Amino acid sequence: MMTYDHIYDVIVVGAGHAGCEAALAAARMGCGTMLLTINLDAIALMSCNPSIGGLAKGHLVKEIDALGGEMAKNIDATGIQFRILNTKKGPAVRASRAQADKQLYRLRMKRVLEQQTNLDLKQGEVTALYLEGGELRGVELRSGIRYLSKTVVITTGTFMRGLIHIGLNHYPGGRAGDQPSVGLSDQLRTLGFHVGRLKTGTPARLDSRSIDFSQLETQFGDDPPLPFSFSTDRISMQQIPCHIAYTNQRSHDIIRSGLDRSPLYSGVIEGVGPRYCPSIEDKVVRFPDKDRHQTFIEPEGLDTIEVYPSGMSTSLPIDIQIAFYRSIVGLERVEIMRPAYAIEYDYVDPIQLHTSLETKTLRNLYHAGQINGTSGYEEAAGQGLIAGINAALRVKGRDPLVLTRSQAYIGVMIDDLVTLGTKEPYRMFTSRAEYRLLLREDNADLRLRETGYQLGLVTEQEFVLFAEKRRMITEELDRIAVTRLRHSESQLEVLARHGLEDIQKGTTLEHLLKRSDVCYADLADLDPVSRETPAVIREQVEIQIKYKGYIDRQMEQVEQSKKLETARIPKNLDYASVKSLTTEVREKLSKNRPDTLGQASRIPGVTPAAISILSIALKSSSWKETAE
Amino acid sequence: MYIRDTIAAVSTPPGNGGIGIIRVSGDQAAAVGHTIFKPVYDGGLVSHRFSFGAIRDTATGEKVDEAMAVYMRAPRSYTREDVLELHCHGGWLVVERVLALVLSCGVRLADPGEFTRRAFLNGRIDLVQAEAVMDIIASKSESALQLAQKQREGALSRRIEDVRGCLLRALALVEAYIDFPEDDLGATDAEAIQAAVGEAQGIIDALLLTFEEGRVIRDGVSVLIVGKPNAGKSSLLNRLLNENRAIVTHIPGTTRDIIEETVTFDGLSVRLLDTAGIRHTDDLVEQEGINRALDKIPQADLILAVFDASREFSHEDQLILDAVSGRRTIAVLNKTDLPRRLVLPDEERFVALVKIAALSGDGVDLLKKTVCSQFLHSTAADSREFVALSRARHRDALVSAEQFLSQFSNGLPECNLELLALDLRSALQAVGSVTGQTATDEVLDLIFSSFCIGK
Repeated sequence: MMTYDHIYDVIVVGAGHAGCEAALAAARMGCGTMLLTINLDAIALMSCNPSIGGLAKGHLVKEIDALGGEMAKNIDATGIQFRILNTKKGPAVRASRAQADKQLYRLRMKRVLEQQTNLDLKQGEVTALYLEGGELRGVELRSGIRYLSKTVVITTGTFMRGLIHIGLNHYPGGRAGDQPSVGLSDQLRTLGFHVGRLKTGTPARLDSRSIDFSQLETQFGDDPPLPFSFSTDRISMQQIPCHIAYTNQRSHDIIRSGLDRSPLYSGVIEGVGPRYCPSIEDKVVRFPDKDRHQTFIEPEGLDTIEVYPSGMSTSLPIDIQIAFYRSIVGLERVEIMRPAYAIEYDYVDPIQLHTSLETKTLRNLYHAGQINGTSGYEEAAGQGLIAGINAALRVKGRDPLVLTRSQAYIGVMIDDLVTLGTKEPYRMFTSRAEYRLLLREDNADLRLRETGYQLGLVTEQEFVLFAEKRRMITEELDRIAVTRLRHSESQLEVLARHGLEDIQKGTTLEHLLKRSDVCYADLADLDPVSRETPAVIREQVEIQIKYKGYIDRQMEQVEQSKKLETARIPKNLDYASVKSLTTEVREKLSKNRPDTLGQASRIPGVTPAAISILSIALKSSSWKETAE
Repeated sequence: MYIRDTIAAVSTPPGNGGIGIIRVSGDQAAAVGHTIFKPVYDGGLVSHRFSFGAIRDTATGEKVDEAMAVYMRAPRSYTREDVLELHCHGGWLVVERVLALVLSCGVRLADPGEFTRRAFLNGRIDLVQAEAVMDIIASKSESALQLAQKQREGALSRRIEDVRGCLLRALALVEAYIDFPEDDLGATDAEAIQAAVGEAQGIIDALLLTFEEGRVIRDGVSVLIVGKPNAGKSSLLNRLLNENRAIVTHIPGTTRDIIEETVTFDGLSVRLLDTAGIRHTDDLVEQEGINRALDKIPQADLILAVFDASREFSHEDQLILDAVSGRRTIAVLNKTDLPRRLVLPDEERFVALVKIAALSGDGVDLLKKTVCSQFLHSTAADSREFVALSRARHRDALVSAEQFLSQFSNGLPECNLELLALDLRSALQAVGSVTGQTATDEVLDLIFSSFCIGK
């Protein structure tokens, strides 16, 4: 094996959504970085749905952007339909979503990587980590070359021992059309990692020329389309609609007739699939009373006839697939361009990770994305960014970046993963965030921009813009707190027009804005200064005032939990020596090895009583240490 | 507080008894045994075996007492720690000396309830059960004991679990509408959400209603006997006690101070307070007694206003009516064996009216039953299913849950789902605090089992 004569700071294995963010973050932080991929033509490829965002996922994308990641900018440049979901619900659960032109998305990300200084892009399959004396030194490739580095980030997606299923046929593959990665997961197992098996699936890609769109509902995006990135002014891509279709009883009968040849139901697939993203056969079997299932027919791009029927993934045999898709109204003559398939792959139990995403088992090794049992481009990108940042911080000899549960969805996700592990592909939901009202899309920059700037990922120019926005928000909040109604003639006239005659003279604008029947636009009618306030400032001020009571309640909860969250458990704590713990709790703690009492308290089965015991044990042992 | 330190306390009630038990729990329990207890037969203390021997003062070598000792090695003990029990003679002095000896070995005196707290902390029992153990020990009546036993067996915990179940269902619905706007879930089903919350509120309300009853069963009630002089209060007290506790004479104003006795009516522990007859008087001592009687009125759970039915309604009777106004009062018409002359005004203000003849005892049993019925409403109290809140902590948690839920119901029409979810989560947390449980990812499990989700 040849050893390449350069020592990188960071090597990133895999160039999917996690790998791209990891490599860009490390390189932008000044580290000599190499990004390795099995296929340079498949960088940032959307292997499943051609879209970014959605509930909680949109939140992740905004956070990635606030920290200085690339995903938001990439979708803004290549998105062909943008929508804000849950606009009728409150600000905390509003989320952005966009359809991407799949090929443009991939090509733009490749161009960004290629133009990045400190970053080498190389094609090759990593078959093993290279260790010296038990310490990580680099990676080895199937082609017979060894690259040296100080840290390694693994983002293998579905590629490790990937196995594709279509009906009872199955063959090795990392994704339809790509080779799997073989060897690496075997080595990880021998190094002491718990390697498990997960499953996911994707629907067929259909030929849009064979679909009768006149029979389908049309769904347009928002006009004007609103960008993801805090740095994007406006969306300039052409915008096109999606379409909605439904399955019917006949479709379900066809599915049932093929179940005997389903790898899922015949036991061929051993990996666990995601409950929130079930295959169509799963839906039909588990919810037999539902007489139809909805599908969005999503375009894969502006310049292609390929479309993606969402929610219609399956691993049934090809003849059933053809009959099933053709049973849908409007799709009677549909041609399948690429069949649907399920894929099984190796993942590594994420409870073997620190919150920095460095593995507990092997120093200087970081895992991000589907290898940690997650699903989704956004989840992967969020982890990739954190892993890349922390690998770079390690090289620089600095403390890792750990986002808390009250700071970011990224923090919630990583804490969930490393504390609880996962048995099925993990997807972000807003309900996973106990401080949901604090973690909004609209304030992602207020939460994280400063951090991104300090890391060197947010440019000077971007930060100046942000600082100005932050200053204006504070100023406006201060101003409306002391500006009072004088009941001038024009003000009285406006109040009467809005049916607000009961408002007392001397009421502050802030007080007025707290009312559910008053919005910021009404203030602008009453007060000439408010008229000048830019829209983004208005939005923040309105949300922060209107939801103050609830936001304060959540801040209080954050305060209360701080004691547990900041109580660190020594890495080498011997749980067997904490005698009062029940055997069950002791086993769980020994397996999960939480970093803090807060993490310990979230492990299912670890009772509040056990937390009291642990906290007492921690106190008494520190007392002992000082005594000795 | 360190869990590892060793604690000790006298586990038998204060005063002189047949045996006095000193209990020691913690790492040093065995060492304490070896230091101060010398078994008659060699071989030392064997776990879970009684041995007979002597307790000696280690400093002087003096024999303090003969005793039985039992050592129970962790975890097979009450606290799941090493436990030593010394059974010595029950004289208070002896017990005190033995305890002092134990403490001189470097052991700390236990706080009240600390043994049970350790049993809880060590995971042997849940919070409600821990409290129940305290109640079993403190039970003053048969029904108090029964209630505590049921609670220890987990009856209340199960009811709390029902409430959590309802709230989790409601939360799952709310969360599904938040997180899956593009799935074909239909319009927000506010009715189904309210139904689940309503069910939880129903159980909480029912539990809160039992609080008074639970408290009454646990702590007993105080019943104050008032009336004008010579109405027969002391005779009634003696009848209720079945003994001659109060001095009964025909001289008005015999009872000067308050006489207090505890009895059990039908499983209900009743603290009876007999008071001085209320009238205008110039006698300073008697007036002090009357003042004391009047002072007790606001604190009593129930008042028995005794009237002499053989005499006409008098100015002094009016004093009684004024004094008990607004309080839960039973009118007791005494001396009904004599011709009736009394016309009691405004009879409806009394919760009940009972005719008795204290001297013969007629009507006294009915009075006892009437007293009980004021507190033990549910015949369910006899059934196996009876659950009652008996602690302020439980009530406070449920009241706080109730507040979050009414906030929830008020907000439901506006359908701000994420705010509704916060109310539901807060309510869940409050309810969970009764049993010491917290909600984890049960919500997501429910969502995926009830909705077909995934696009």
